[in-house]
Amino acid sequence: MPPRVMSTFKSRSAPASPRPSSDAIFATGLRKSYGDKTVLDGIGLSIPAGSVFALLGPNGAGKTTAVKILSTLITADGGQAQVAGHDIAAEPQKVRAAIGVTGQFSAVDGLITGEENMLLMAGLHHLSKREGRRIAAELLQRFDLVEAAKKPASTYSGGMKRRLDIATTLIGNPSIIFLDEPTTGLDPRSRHNMWGIIRELVSGGVTVFLTTQYLDEADELADRIAVLSNGKIAAEGSAEELKRLVPGGHVRLRFTDPAAYRSAAAALREVARNDEALTLHIPSDGSQRELRSLLDQLASTGIEADELTVHTPDLDDVFFALTGDVAHPAQTEENVR
Amino acid sequence: MSALSLAVRDSSTMLRRNLLHARRYPSLTLNLLLTPVMMLLLFVYIFGDVMSAGIGGGNADRSAYIAYIVPGILMMTIGSTVIGSAISVSADMAEGLVARFRTMAIHRSSLIIGHVVGSVLQVLAALLLVGAVGVAIGFRSVDATVLEWLAAFGLVALFALALTWIAVGMGMASPNAEAASNMAMPLILLPLISSAFIPAETMPGWFQPIAEYQPFTPAIETLRGLLLGTEIGHNGWMAVAWSVGLSVLGYRWSMAQFNKDPR
Repeated sequence: MPPRVMSTFKSRSAPASPRPSSDAIFATGLRKSYGDKTVLDGIGLSIPAGSVFALLGPNGAGKTTAVKILSTLITADGGQAQVAGHDIAAEPQKVRAAIGVTGQFSAVDGLITGEENMLLMAGLHHLSKREGRRIAAELLQRFDLVEAAKKPASTYSGGMKRRLDIATTLIGNPSIIFLDEPTTGLDPRSRHNMWGIIRELVSGGVTVFLTTQYLDEADELADRIAVLSNGKIAAEGSAEELKRLVPGGHVRLRFTDPAAYRSAAAALREVARNDEALTLHIPSDGSQRELRSLLDQLASTGIEADELTVHTPDLDDVFFALTGDVAHPAQTEENVR
Repeated sequence: MSALSLAVRDSSTMLRRNLLHARRYPSLTLNLLLTPVMMLLLFVYIFGDVMSAGIGGGNADRSAYIAYIVPGILMMTIGSTVIGSAISVSADMAEGLVARFRTMAIHRSSLIIGHVVGSVLQVLAALLLVGAVGVAIGFRSVDATVLEWLAAFGLVALFALALTWIAVGMGMASPNAEAASNMAMPLILLPLISSAFIPAETMPGWFQPIAEYQPFTPAIETLRGLLLGTEIGHNGWMAVAWSVGLSVLGYRWSMAQFNKDPR
């Protein structure tokens, strides 16, 4: 089912003067290909300052390439973009002065200690020795790295490396931060810590551009989410808006007795059957009123289901619908309908 | 901040990082020093009788051979030490850290300049160590003037710079440390087929041009001339030409690779 692409950015795809004042990041028609392989096929973005934007997509969708282009690491083949009000191609140094980038792979120097990493970055941001030491100490404290500060970064755990990575990113006091898959490979506790860190950044007024393959992460953190699929933005909007893109929720009834299953299927209208699993899907918004009427119907016919679950659409549904992943079980179940 | 002061400031920050690495992990540099020192001891004390007889015209006095071999070993030390730079550059390039540097508002080449200056300083320290071993086993410079000492210092610094740039280029071209170490092997093999251990004119006739005109021989002969008063001849300008040529080549090769878009 081809989803309707929300066109919030489309109307702005060719502005007369490409300098939107309030946007921290603005891009139109960004393209990049490596050889025959088109990685980005004309993406447009408009990200207000102070918001969290999540670029969501499966592996290989082009998320990292988008980050690399916007953070001036590589050049786009086409299109243009402004970051912090500066054109990425014309004024890359000005863009760099405004951003902080935490890439997918650890960008800390493993041979030196955590503290030395901080001081190295302080030096490259041209802070005075004293100022550098002060900020380094402050950030090490904030990211719970004081104990490990004197140990070589190569001895750090994955979560500690990520924290050090972000801490070094913050030394330059960036107004826009790119986080490329900040929680990939982290254990659940470190992941939640990272979420806390990201929320803290935003409360400090920083614009956050993050990529993720986890829907709950985007749902949890982002003001706006764009789903990237095959180098194109398949949909964009808030988590709520995206959830409205896919067919609504349903109530699932599971039976163990085939006879009860068949009579329920006959009694209820608008029902999707799964004869093998003996489950019925009844479209529902999950409201109390709809549930009561369903229960009333079941009670009046004397049918008792073994299990009743209410399923509201989540970003998973949106994601799999938009990226065309047919292997998703929820999808195949829906196709039985 | 002006472009120049930005370059100086960022490059010295990067240099500090490299020197910190060298200080924290001296084993890499020290390992690389083992080869020239072993060669020195092997040729003087194990093969010494035959070598001395060959050099000294039948007279098996080792001091003549020690005088002959030490300048060659010093140049070999340069080739050997810069392999460390190839390795550390390739290790750096494979890390996410370089991507971070590229997205910061710093002088773009500062990372490489830091590597190059750090490498030259490391080479000079290595030369002091190996030179001290040479002196310990009996090497003495004869009648070298202050000017000649300065020229000798300039020569080794220039040659170190040239080989460093080549090593940096090799490091950039290598996907990992192992590949860099393999690629940089010629830097330690070339001295073996130079006039470091035996005079080029004692080699087979067809091979002599290769031995005579490769970068190490002119540099070694010039250093010998400066420290021991032997004939320098055309080796002086050849050594300078090789050094300048290799520096330019290595510089352009390194920069071309560094400025390419990373994948």
